[in-house]
Amino acid sequence: MSACENSGGCGSEVVDPGRRDVLKFLAVGATMATGAACDLEGFFRKSFRELSPADVRRMTTGWERKYTRKYGKTVTVSEVGPMDGVKFGYGLDLSRCIGCRRCVYACVEENNQSRKEPQIQWIRVLEMDKAHGVDLNHSDIYYDAATVPQPGKFYMPIQCQQCDDPPCVKTCPVGATWKEKDGIVVIDYDWCIGCRCCMSACPYGARHFNWAEPSLPAQEMNPKTHVLGNRPRPKGVVEKCTFCIQRTREGLYPACVEVCPVGARKFGNLLDPESEIRQAMDTKRVFILKEDLATHPSFFYFYAT
Amino acid sequence: MAISFLRGSGRIISQGDRAYKIWVGSLLALIAIGLFAYSFQGRQGLIATNLRDQVSWGFYVGNFTFLVGIAAAAVMLVIPAYVYDWGPIKEVAILGELLAISAIIMCLLFVLVDMGRPDRFLHIVPFLGSPNWPMSVMAWDALVLNIYLGVNLAVVVHILYTGFYGKAYNKKIVIPLVLFSIPMAVSIHTVTAFLYNGMAARPFWNASILAPRFIVSAFCSGPAVLLILFQVLRKRTGLPIKDEAIQKVAELMAYAMFLNLFLLGAELFKEYYSATEHLLYTQYFWSGIGTHTTLVKYAWSGLAASLIAFFIFLVPKWRRNMTLLNVGCGLIYFSVYIEKGMGLVIPGMTPDTLGEIYEYKPTLVEWGVTAGIYGIGFLVFTFLVKLAVPIMSGHFSAVEAEPATSAPGELSAEAH
Repeated sequence: MSACENSGGCGSEVVDPGRRDVLKFLAVGATMATGAACDLEGFFRKSFRELSPADVRRMTTGWERKYTRKYGKTVTVSEVGPMDGVKFGYGLDLSRCIGCRRCVYACVEENNQSRKEPQIQWIRVLEMDKAHGVDLNHSDIYYDAATVPQPGKFYMPIQCQQCDDPPCVKTCPVGATWKEKDGIVVIDYDWCIGCRCCMSACPYGARHFNWAEPSLPAQEMNPKTHVLGNRPRPKGVVEKCTFCIQRTREGLYPACVEVCPVGARKFGNLLDPESEIRQAMDTKRVFILKEDLATHPSFFYFYAT
Repeated sequence: MAISFLRGSGRIISQGDRAYKIWVGSLLALIAIGLFAYSFQGRQGLIATNLRDQVSWGFYVGNFTFLVGIAAAAVMLVIPAYVYDWGPIKEVAILGELLAISAIIMCLLFVLVDMGRPDRFLHIVPFLGSPNWPMSVMAWDALVLNIYLGVNLAVVVHILYTGFYGKAYNKKIVIPLVLFSIPMAVSIHTVTAFLYNGMAARPFWNASILAPRFIVSAFCSGPAVLLILFQVLRKRTGLPIKDEAIQKVAELMAYAMFLNLFLLGAELFKEYYSATEHLLYTQYFWSGIGTHTTLVKYAWSGLAASLIAFFIFLVPKWRRNMTLLNVGCGLIYFSVYIEKGMGLVIPGMTPDTLGEIYEYKPTLVEWGVTAGIYGIGFLVFTFLVKLAVPIMSGHFSAVEAEPATSAPGELSAEAH
C-alpha cells in the first residue's frame, strides 16, 4: 500500500505497476516527513523504457480512464511500437510549398498542442528571399499567410528532422528522449525534468517547452492518442513532432502531409524502394538542413520542378 | 559530542552585534522575496519568466554559470596553501572553501528553479533515477557539482569540529581531500563549460576556447570576493590575515586577468576576421543586430571594467593601495558577471537556431527568485564564516562554550 492509496486523495493518479518496493518504503517516509507530496507513484516510477509491455499497458489504461474523465469523451492511448522493416522518412518539395501554414494548424489540432498563451506549434514556416536561397538568418516566420505566396519569396517549413544522430538525445541528462527503431525521436513526458538542454542542442528549433499549463479545450481534444505522441502533456516538459506516431504506426499519413493543399509533403518507408519518399529521392535531388552538423536527418528537402 | 558542537554552533550564529543582526535580517528579507516569487513561478510555470522557446535559458542559467566559477576559484587559494605549503595563504584557505560551499549551494538552487519539473530531480540521481552517462554533459555536471560540495563540506566540517574541541585536524583525512578538491574545482568549471561547448547548434558556444576562458575568468572573479572578505574579517574580527597573503592573491589575479583579456581578444579576432554567418551572435553582444541592442551597453561596460581592473592589479604600487584594490575587485567581479552570465547565455541563443531574434530580459519574478537564492547563499556563507572565525583564531572551543554565561560569538570580538 502506498501513501497515496491510503489517503484516497489521489484517486485520479495512475498507479504505476513498475514501482520499486524499497523506494516505496522511502516514499512513505518522505511523505510523512514533508506531508506534501501526493503523486508518489509518479515520483518514484521507472522510466518508460524500463517498463515491461504489461506495465505499459496497465499505465496507458490508467491514462485512458483519466483523460476520458477529464475531457468527457472516450480517449484511447495507444502504445503501438515500431514495425519491423520500417524506417520513416519525410520529403518536402520547396518548389511547391506556398507558405499557407495549413500544416502548422493541422499539426496543432492533431497533436493536442496547447492552443493559446502560448500556442505551441511544432512546424515553423520560414519565408525567405529567392535571391538568397536558403538563409535562415535572414528569414521571417511572422509573414502574413493570407497573402502568400509573395513575389520573390519562397517558403521553407521546418519541424523535427528525426535525426539519426540526434544531439537532443545525446544531451538529455535523464534519458527521457530517445530514437525509436522506426526513426522517430520520442519523449517520455513523465520522465522529462524540463531542464531544456535538448532545446539548446537542437539545431532546428524543433523542441518546444510547456512554459505554462497547456490549454486544450475538451471539444478540441483529439481522443486518438499515443503514449509517446499526442497524449495531453503536463506543464514544464518538452514536446516535439513525432511524425504523428499515433497515425503513421497504423499506416496513415501524418496530418501535415494529408492537409497540404499543393502536395509539397511526401512521407513513407525509407526501407521500401517503392515508397513515395524513395520515389522522390530516386527521381529528384534531395538535400538536408545543416548537413555540416552531421545530425543525419530523416527529413529531406528537394525541388521537384 | 556532536550535539554540543551543534548547540555551540547554533549559539554562535544566533548572536552578534547590531550590524550582524541587520545583515542577517536583510538576507532573510531577500529570502522571503525569493520564496514569494518562486511560489508564484511554481503556480504559473516558467511562463512567469521571459524565457521562451527562442531563448530557453536565461538569467537563472547565467547566474548558475557565473557561480560555478566562484566556487571553482576556491582552488586558487588551496593550491599554493597546501601544495607549496605557503603559510600566509594557508590560514585563509578555509575561507575559500566556505565560499565554494555557499556558491555551489546557490548553483544547485539556480538549476532547480530553472527546471520545468523540479519535482522530478531524482531522475538525475544515480541508482534512483537514470542519469544519461556517459553522453549527457548535464548528467556529469550534476555529479561533479555534488561531489565538489561533498568534499568541501567534509573538509570544513572536520576542521571546524576538531577545532571546536581544541584538537588538531586529522591530516590523513584533510590533505587527501583538499588535494582531491583541486582537480574537482577545475572539473566543475570545465564540465560546465562543456555543457555549452558541446552544442554544435550554437556557434557562439561551440568554440574550444570556452573551457579555458571559463577557468581563467573564474580565477579573476572568485578571489575578488575573497579579497574584500579578508579585509572585512580582519577589521571586524581581528583574524590575522597578512597583507602578504592579500598581495599574493592580487598578483595571481593580475596574471589571470591578462590571460582572460588575451583569450577574449583571440576569440574576437577569429569571429570578426573570418566574419562568417556565425559572427551574428558575437555581433548581437557587441554591437547589436539592427534595433536589437539590449546587451550592447553591458558588453562594453564589462570590457571597460575588465581593462581598468587589469591595470590596477598589474601595477604593484596601485594594487598595494587598498582603496584602489577594492575598486579593482568590484570592477572585475562586475565584468566576469557580465561575461560569464548573461553575456554568455543570451548571445548563444540570439538569434535562435532558425534565425529569429527574440530579445530576452528577466522578469520581476526572475529577479525576485534570483535575489532569494543570493540571500540563501550569503546567509550560508555568513553563518559558516561566523562559525569558522572564532574556531580558527582559537577563541571558541568546547571548553569555552560550556559555561552559558558568556556569549561565545562575542569572544573573538572582545579579545581584540
